Amino acid sequence: MTALCIENLKKTYKNGFEALKGIDLTVKQGDFFALLGPNGAGKSTTIGIVSSMVTKSSGRVRIFEYDLDKQTNQAKNCIGLVPQEINFNQFETVRNIVITQAGYHGIPRKEAKIRADRCLKQMDLWELRDRVSRRLSGGMKRRVMIARAMVHAPRLLILDEPTAGVDIEIRHAMWEMMREVNRQGTTIILTTHYLEEAESLCRNIAIINHGKIVENSDMLSLLDRINKEYFVLNLTKPLKTVPDIADFSMELTEPRLLTVAVPKHRTLNDLFQRLSAAGIEVSSLKNKSNRLEQLFMDIVR
Amino acid sequence: MKSSVALTTILAKEIRRFTRIWPQTLLPPAITTSLYFLIFGKLIGDRVGLINGVSYMDYIVPGIILMAVISHSYANVVSSFYSTKFQRHIEELLVSPVPNWVILVGYTGGGVARGMLVGSIVAAISTVFSDFQVQNWPVAIAIFILTAVLFALAGFINAVFADSFDDISIIPNFVLTPLSYLGGVFYSVSMLPAMWQQVSLANPILYMINAFRYGLIGVSDVGIERSFLMTGGFILSLVLFSLWLLHRGVGIKN
Repeated sequence: MTALCIENLKKTYKNGFEALKGIDLTVKQGDFFALLGPNGAGKSTTIGIVSSMVTKSSGRVRIFEYDLDKQTNQAKNCIGLVPQEINFNQFETVRNIVITQAGYHGIPRKEAKIRADRCLKQMDLWELRDRVSRRLSGGMKRRVMIARAMVHAPRLLILDEPTAGVDIEIRHAMWEMMREVNRQGTTIILTTHYLEEAESLCRNIAIINHGKIVENSDMLSLLDRINKEYFVLNLTKPLKTVPDIADFSMELTEPRLLTVAVPKHRTLNDLFQRLSAAGIEVSSLKNKSNRLEQLFMDIVR
Repeated sequence: MKSSVALTTILAKEIRRFTRIWPQTLLPPAITTSLYFLIFGKLIGDRVGLINGVSYMDYIVPGIILMAVISHSYANVVSSFYSTKFQRHIEELLVSPVPNWVILVGYTGGGVARGMLVGSIVAAISTVFSDFQVQNWPVAIAIFILTAVLFALAGFINAVFADSFDDISIIPNFVLTPLSYLGGVFYSVSMLPAMWQQVSLANPILYMINAFRYGLIGVSDVGIERSFLMTGGFILSLVLFSLWLLHRGVGIKN
């Protein structure tokens, strides 16, 4: 079954800006799907239309086979949305925010309280349940939005840059939470600017640019297309000139830092053998940038 | 069934909002109207004498009660719904399966609740200054409720179109307050010159105040049937317009 099916979706804003130029997208049930793109590419417009916050110009959206135009309430009930910006009542307590959202989904108050408490515990917010939300830190506010989005047990969870601005510890905890939610059967669509996040979490990916889908495939096939990977090597002794080693292009960033491009048909073993033969010793190495990031830049450039 | 839960949720949220901030929402009208009764009714009223056969204090009580209902039912919805837009938690409603009529009834219901609560507080205070006997309970209660509904709806529409906090204070300050004062709260339109009597008849608030006055003390400058017809007509028009605005997503969707 498809969790989300978008057909020829177009959106032109009143000022004439064409945000979506007829996109088609399918997300399968149970998937962990990345929707990537540079700022202004159309990601948020797409999510806005799917979650009924933006009116489309034309096209069709189905959520778990429910037509968003004709079976609006059934379709909406399948979705949980964690938006990019904080959008809850800043004067309300954490627990009330989650209970109120459950009420909007028709969950009676007694049941809503049970569900809200469960979600708050899952998000590690139980101790803060009676705190007025404006007194929370940025990371806590994001977790409140996730708890709110989860309270009606949505089949499709849309996370629009959920980890933006949160520290590394919380980000990793949120990744683990997202994986767990996905393992339990919830389909997840994630937009993010942290491409290592998409690479680490998502199985399938679409890249949107200038209102069009420019890439749509599974993550492994996409990464398989990378022709070169860049590594930064720390050397034990400084070099004065760039070594000349066939098949590997190199750049001496500093006397002890060598950046090497390793082509797809070559291995790191080949590189190290040749470096050893040239009398160059390597103490450590790291990726110059995330693999997906290189590919992303090539696609949207 | 699900819509009823959503409706109860919005209503409870709205009532919780204005009762939580009671020093801003319930206390000021109690103080202001006490001063109205003391200054206009007691100090000045004793020198005015009778109007249409009743004491000036008794004459102004219905208008002052209804003025409180009008301003507070309007203010509650316009500030609450605009804040919902401003803080973007309108998105909580947009992404949920909440029908438009539930949003409208929920928010206007909150305004009606506050308008009626404030009206009841003012009515209770009025008993300290006046000993009038209610002449027609059904008319008084019906117009009390309908007025709250009408101005809660008007507040909702104002909030839908508002783009800033200035926009939610323009109508109350420059339209509602003058129309209320000129709607015969403190005087009978029969005291005005003929031309101004005709002009006053174009003020819808005049009909509500007079219908309420008829219900409370049995005195009115206009026909009661006409007052109910006008109020009912306005309510129906505003309900249809509000639902159309919500359906089109005016002011709340991109």
